Amino acid sequence: MKRQLLQLIRLPEVLIFSTIQPVMFVLLFRYVFGGAIDTPGTDYVQLLMPGIFVQTVAFTVAATAIGLSEDMSKGLIDRFRSLPISRSAVVLGRTLGDATLNIVVLIVMGLTGVLVGWRPSSGALSIAAGFGMLLLFGYAMSWMGVLVGLSVRDTRVANSVVFLFVFPMTFLSNAFAPTTGMPKPLQYVAEWNPVSTMVAGIRSLFGLTNQFGATANSFPSQHPIAMSLIYIILIMVIFIPLSVQKYKKVSPR
Amino acid sequence: MLITAPAAAWETPNERANNGMAGAITPKPTATRKATEDRTATSRGRSLNGDFIGSEAIVITGEVIGVVIVSKKYAVVAENLVKTYGATRALDGLSLEVEEGTVLGVLGPNGAGKTTTVRILATLLTPDSGSAYVAGIDVNKDPQKVRELIGLSGQYAAVDETLTGWDNLVMFGRLYHLNANAAKERATQLLEQFSLTDAARRPIKTYSGGMRRRLDLAASLIIKPKVLFLDEPTTGLDPRGRLEMWDVIDELVKGGVTLLLTTQYLEEADQLADEIAVIDHGRVIARGTSDSLKKEVGGERLEVTVEQSKVAETAKLLSELTQSKAHIEEGLHRISVVAHGGSARLIEAVRALDAAQISPLDIGLKRPSLDDVFMSLTGHVAEEISEDEDSGVKNNKRGKSGKRGNRK
Repeated sequence: MKRQLLQLIRLPEVLIFSTIQPVMFVLLFRYVFGGAIDTPGTDYVQLLMPGIFVQTVAFTVAATAIGLSEDMSKGLIDRFRSLPISRSAVVLGRTLGDATLNIVVLIVMGLTGVLVGWRPSSGALSIAAGFGMLLLFGYAMSWMGVLVGLSVRDTRVANSVVFLFVFPMTFLSNAFAPTTGMPKPLQYVAEWNPVSTMVAGIRSLFGLTNQFGATANSFPSQHPIAMSLIYIILIMVIFIPLSVQKYKKVSPR
Repeated sequence: MLITAPAAAWETPNERANNGMAGAITPKPTATRKATEDRTATSRGRSLNGDFIGSEAIVITGEVIGVVIVSKKYAVVAENLVKTYGATRALDGLSLEVEEGTVLGVLGPNGAGKTTTVRILATLLTPDSGSAYVAGIDVNKDPQKVRELIGLSGQYAAVDETLTGWDNLVMFGRLYHLNANAAKERATQLLEQFSLTDAARRPIKTYSGGMRRRLDLAASLIIKPKVLFLDEPTTGLDPRGRLEMWDVIDELVKGGVTLLLTTQYLEEADQLADEIAVIDHGRVIARGTSDSLKKEVGGERLEVTVEQSKVAETAKLLSELTQSKAHIEEGLHRISVVAHGGSARLIEAVRALDAAQISPLDIGLKRPSLDDVFMSLTGHVAEEISEDEDSGVKNNKRGKSGKRGNRK
């Protein structure tokens, strides 16, 4: 349902703020951590950009969850459910809408990255594939957000649930700092973390060599792209049916 | 049309006399259906083409006797609906029906099951048991088809706050599968109809409560539904907003839509509904026209406040005078009795009290309220008539009532 897109476009603030935040992250990490984290061989910014891209799309889960729980509390979902439209249309529209927003955000971020020295060194095709994977990952996360958004009672709860979950997920990874500095058990967790595999996958698509510590020989480290795709499919296979099911039965409270 | 279930045998007509119009009664426009008849038996069945039809035997009492059987088509039928939430029985065998082209007011306090009923009929909720039909279609079996025929407007204005009024209507039009032009045309029409044209290009955020509700109602009318469900359309509105809403609803009803409306206000049901179903604890506890209900409730009540020492004496006196049971509120030293005959009774009461040398501190007639309906039907006071839905503050005027879960 394309109407959901219109819902997003109507509000320029949403667009502005959802792009400002990642741009701010790019600048902060680039100049605050960039000086402190030693990355032999490459500029920190080259490693950072894929990390921030992944973090940003991972937070789509928040956008979707908060948006949906807001619609719920206002009774909009009830209204939608009383319309003669297919039961999955509303949630499908929501996730597609949020995914579309990601396109805009990624473009703005990419341009900012270039301004501060980001230069992906692979071919155009690989770079495009990288962005494609990012969008796909964002879309999968969005379905996770549907389930959260429909399950919680209040927008504020949606907010905290998502942060509690996504924040450690993005930081317990290789996104901003090499995992080699972590305690060993954590390195394994970080290495299997979908955010890490995504970051590693995107880095290799952007022409960087990944550095692994204790887990260099594990499957996710060896095949980050394949592992990421498996994660994406897994998330969708689990969360799409669950979310649609939830939507059918949901009642506001 | 054939009726598969024949009219049931009717009972003896009750004693009220009609006003001499025996035999002249014809199947009437419902809005004018008043106390000229005694309805004694109804039955209902499905016709061969799947419509719900009912027949109603009307026995005119008085001197002669006519039996008029009016065949009715029901747009909404609910049979024995049960819905439980954990330990709470939200609906406990609720049955009702709404005749095509009429307005049924579902009246009850918070937590009585009004919203649950609407949600089931509007396909948002599946009942644990029981069945429901809207426009002859089984709500459980073919919800999608039902959705094409109904409009729903809930307790909240279910519109997108950041979009303009016009945007919202066009969006919902598109969701109802209208093409872009038709959706725009319909949006313009509806904004006009609901006097929102001036505000069409403003975001909903800037609308007043009444305007939001009107827009919400407009959104539910995009496809010109056969059956419209309005769940507490005026709850939370200020008096002016309420009056505006009543006007709008009145217009719709004149346009011939079948309407099921829930409300906490007797006044509102009185104003808008042809027939009223009073519900409590998930059941219909009384049905009838506003007039017949008021009669059942006892119409106006006479309220007298006296000094404490005189309470018992006054109660006895008033009870004898009106031939009805006196209700005493100890703390307030207030006695109330049913007063048929209105002001004449008031005068009689004043005289009688005077003769007994009781001088009332306060005396007056009170029109029946929802409280009175509940008093009379259930023996307990309707709980929580608070206007403020969110505060959860109980505004229980009489202070004593049965414990009831406050679901909201």
